Amino acid sequence: MTQETLESQTIATSSESESVKKMLLILSKATLDNVYACFILANGARMEGIQAEIFFTFFGLEAITKKKMEKLHIATVGNPAMHIPTMLGGLPGMEAMATKMMKSEMEKLDMPQVGEFLDILSASGAKLWACKLAMEMFHLQESDLYDDIDGVLTVGGFYERAQGRGTHLLFI
Amino acid sequence: MDKQLAGSDVSVDAEGYLTDMSQWTRSVAEEIAKEEGIAMTEQHWKVVEFIQESFRNKEPLSIRSLGKRGPVSIKEFYELFPDGPLKKASKIAGIPKPASCI
Repeated sequence: MTQETLESQTIATSSESESVKKMLLILSKATLDNVYACFILANGARMEGIQAEIFFTFFGLEAITKKKMEKLHIATVGNPAMHIPTMLGGLPGMEAMATKMMKSEMEKLDMPQVGEFLDILSASGAKLWACKLAMEMFHLQESDLYDDIDGVLTVGGFYERAQGRGTHLLFI
Repeated sequence: MDKQLAGSDVSVDAEGYLTDMSQWTRSVAEEIAKEEGIAMTEQHWKVVEFIQESFRNKEPLSIRSLGKRGPVSIKEFYELFPDGPLKKASKIAGIPKPASCI
């Protein structure tokens, strides 16, 4: 057996016994599909007894910006999964229509709107952090943001929260 | 798979969920709760009863529906059944493992 396979076996064995303790999710986009993917992963973690924290950065900040969070859209341009020609996706009203359709499907599955989802996450003990640099870039004050965020963090502050075994980071 | 709980034989699946709800009793529930590290209080029983009622009525169970219609808030639910509230409460309530993602 070569040294390499021996090493990979050791890694496999040690990671098997290491369960996920904490999920740190970085949300950098504000299209509805990305926001929901992030929220469902965070909420799902809490449901499994795993700690969850979300760092809202760049456009991801819109998901916790009071004036924007209920007005998020899905992208109809540059999204091959829409299965419509890109030119059509750019027509007025297309994004709104696609978003409306997606929201009604989600409601059927008992999926909450963004604001209510944030309430559920907050009540579940998930931590919500706003990115300091992105706030400065978009000229946002804490009062512009969802009331129950846990605070504003620098990147360094966020990484400090990544300490401990079984912590995983995910960029969305 | 059979298991002895509170002096009676009950059938459970590989993860310890009752496979026959008719075998559920309060003493069985208390034993399961103890295994999960939970001491049952009046609040716990209210949640368990709500979950059983939803299951009988074939209503989909999720954290959201519990928060909306249930006897406690989502925050209290997490405090009562820490580390996986929906799963733990379902196990104690004697219903199958919930398959909800939200």
